[in-house]
Amino acid sequence: MSESISVRVNGKLVTVRDGSSVAVAVLASGATCRASVTGQPRSPLCGMGTCFECRVAINGEPQRRSCQVLCEANMEIEANG
Amino acid sequence: MDSVKHLRFDVAVVGAGPAGIAAALAAADSGCSVGLLDDNPAAGGQIWRATHDCARPSAASIWFDRLNKSAVQIVRGAHVFHAAKGELAAESDSAIQISYGKLILATGARELFLPFPGWTLPNVMGAGGLQAFVKSGLDISGRRIVIAGTGPLILVVAAYARKCGAKVIGICEQTTRPKMARFALKMMLIWGKSAEAMSLAYDLRGIPHWTDCWPVAAFGNRRVESVRISRHGQTGEIECDYLACGFHLIPNVELPRMCGCHLREDFVAVDEYQQTSIPGIFCAGEPTGIGGLELALVEGEIAGYAATNWEDRAKHLFAKRARHQKVVRILQHAFPLRPELKNLARPDTLVCRCEDVPHERLSEHRGWRAAKLHTRCGMGPCQGRICAPAAEFLFGWQIDSVRPPLFPVRCSSLAAIAPHSAARN
Repeated sequence: MSESISVRVNGKLVTVRDGSSVAVAVLASGATCRASVTGQPRSPLCGMGTCFECRVAINGEPQRRSCQVLCEANMEIEANG
Repeated sequence: MDSVKHLRFDVAVVGAGPAGIAAALAAADSGCSVGLLDDNPAAGGQIWRATHDCARPSAASIWFDRLNKSAVQIVRGAHVFHAAKGELAAESDSAIQISYGKLILATGARELFLPFPGWTLPNVMGAGGLQAFVKSGLDISGRRIVIAGTGPLILVVAAYARKCGAKVIGICEQTTRPKMARFALKMMLIWGKSAEAMSLAYDLRGIPHWTDCWPVAAFGNRRVESVRISRHGQTGEIECDYLACGFHLIPNVELPRMCGCHLREDFVAVDEYQQTSIPGIFCAGEPTGIGGLELALVEGEIAGYAATNWEDRAKHLFAKRARHQKVVRILQHAFPLRPELKNLARPDTLVCRCEDVPHERLSEHRGWRAAKLHTRCGMGPCQGRICAPAAEFLFGWQIDSVRPPLFPVRCSSLAAIAPHSAARN
């Protein structure tokens, strides 16, 4: 059985299955990943690291592709969509 | 962070999907050192992406068992961003410099996305993209999903989404019903594909499958809430939580091109041993032609054996490869995108999502290069991976440049790599 893991998305506690990507935690939180250059909310498109729409800040490091990073306990995710 | 890690392999394989895994294992049979690099957190590529429930197919476990028992060194989360003669530069937590004797490129494919009003709304995704998120842990149970696009991939995704508890409202297939039927018949005639097709049909029972149908616009406040579809020329609106679009796959040829490999009709040209135009560099799987799992595996094996000078073993697999290549030929011509899809984007519909460049600003230019220089189209972080194929479809432009770095990387990675590359070039 897969266990769950908790992270924070914009300060809000989100629990996802262990092994989930950060993008999944953002989607589950109801937040959108980033604001586009003209301020539109964006969320992931491709799911495989090519579109860069899933960029968020992870533990303070900006511009991370959240679909390519797995959730770790107590991760702080900042999604600015 | 600033340190550079050096790795050296007799055979380096880029891409740990089925083709790359098969190639790495075949190469490792000869006892040489093999490195398998992938930018994802785990091996498996898209089709064998680590999955929580909905069960990883049993065919995959055989390959993963072999991989785990092998001496292949897997380098996960490594984004290859530069290629020079005999070496690659990648970035993970630190910069990695990889030197190799032989190189096998198994870089896979991505989805072609067609711009239409509302395609930039959150929860409008690729069909493969949605599947990737579900495999990465996204819970879609009870969610209403419309799947649009063309070809067998959207059927597979629909079946998968239903299995994971989603309510699949409908499948919009742009092709006409007679064309769809001809394709189904041809696939049924291929031994081994008929059982697959029957089981897929069973999994899809009861889901509306609309042919001659495509999305015209998506609507919603901060995320998609409904989609307007055109079906046999009539439009109608459907409420949904996700809209998943899959209009063909396109090969990831950026790295092969940076290595200097010649292309033939958009795909990497290879000889019968899967060797590219550059001696010592091989290519397997989707970059050589969209052919699916079985073909990718056998091409990978051939490349792995050929790269380690086991021509006999490679030759032994030629007949098997020829059988699976039939699928490529059928797929190639079965689902041409209809011209109506070029008219979906309105003047203000964004084509480049990184730089928010609308259709009307692109259409005034004569080619990709001019459009880039004047609008910044294709100059954002995805480096044109999404908008360039769309622009190619919409405007017929030839997209011809590839430059390092292949992906945006940290300055520290560039700095760590630069002195080494300069010394060797």
